[in-house]
Amino acid sequence: MAQARSNRPLSPHLQIWRWGPAMLVSILHRVTGNGLAFAGIGLLLWWIGAIASGPEAYQTFLDYVWTGAPGGLAVVTALLGKVVLVGLTWAFFQHAASGVRHLVLDIGAGYELEANARWSSLTLVFSVLATILFWGFVLLR
Amino acid sequence: MGNGTSIGRVRGLGSSHKGTHDWLLARLTGVGNLVLVPYLLVSLLLLPAHDYVTVRTWMSQTIPTTALVLIMINTISHARHGVQVMLEDYVHEEGGKIAAWLLVNIVPFAAAAFGIISVIRIALGGA
Repeated sequence: MAQARSNRPLSPHLQIWRWGPAMLVSILHRVTGNGLAFAGIGLLLWWIGAIASGPEAYQTFLDYVWTGAPGGLAVVTALLGKVVLVGLTWAFFQHAASGVRHLVLDIGAGYELEANARWSSLTLVFSVLATILFWGFVLLR
Repeated sequence: MGNGTSIGRVRGLGSSHKGTHDWLLARLTGVGNLVLVPYLLVSLLLLPAHDYVTVRTWMSQTIPTTALVLIMINTISHARHGVQVMLEDYVHEEGGKIAAWLLVNIVPFAAAAFGIISVIRIALGGA
């Protein structure tokens, strides 16, 4: 790599392109996927490990991620936990919708400019709606 | 095969003939996640409460246990593949590549083992 980096022209990068829905969805697919991989699976393992360990460990998990035991660090992390959990559900819905879009693209469909932009935008609409629906159900049930 | 530019150094080497398998696995595990993760989300949504006993009792039934074990295998291998692709795109230095290679080949297996053992302990009633 070192010698190739000298003064050869680089291909145009992010800053000179006009943003479109397909670009946004593409980078969101990577961001949400990696967010789910690290934060999502991390929390899943903490949750399942806590349940396997017993009631105290599960209570600690709940305190730090959701309820916030009064007067400690857990108050802050529980607030953060709610943001992360809502973010993770949105990330899952976005990644899932975008993933289905990729399955469609894999069979060779949906490359026409308008269709491509439309389905890209629809994954964004879907993920926001699904997140609102999910947490609406949690809160109103 | 030249040694000047990065394209020059790989031109003419041909395909590794291994890419399709990785690509296909990403799709396969992705489709699996489309079933497994919504199952988990909806199940948790429909639980009457989320206290220790309720969650644990639900989890120790056969189908939830099966789903959770499959999640530990399928979802983690999907995540492993995705993280690997991300690292391949962004990590270019030799030292970083070795670190990434270790990360991608060790952490997901440790994570899956921890997850599966936890699920089985819950299912079989271990404290």
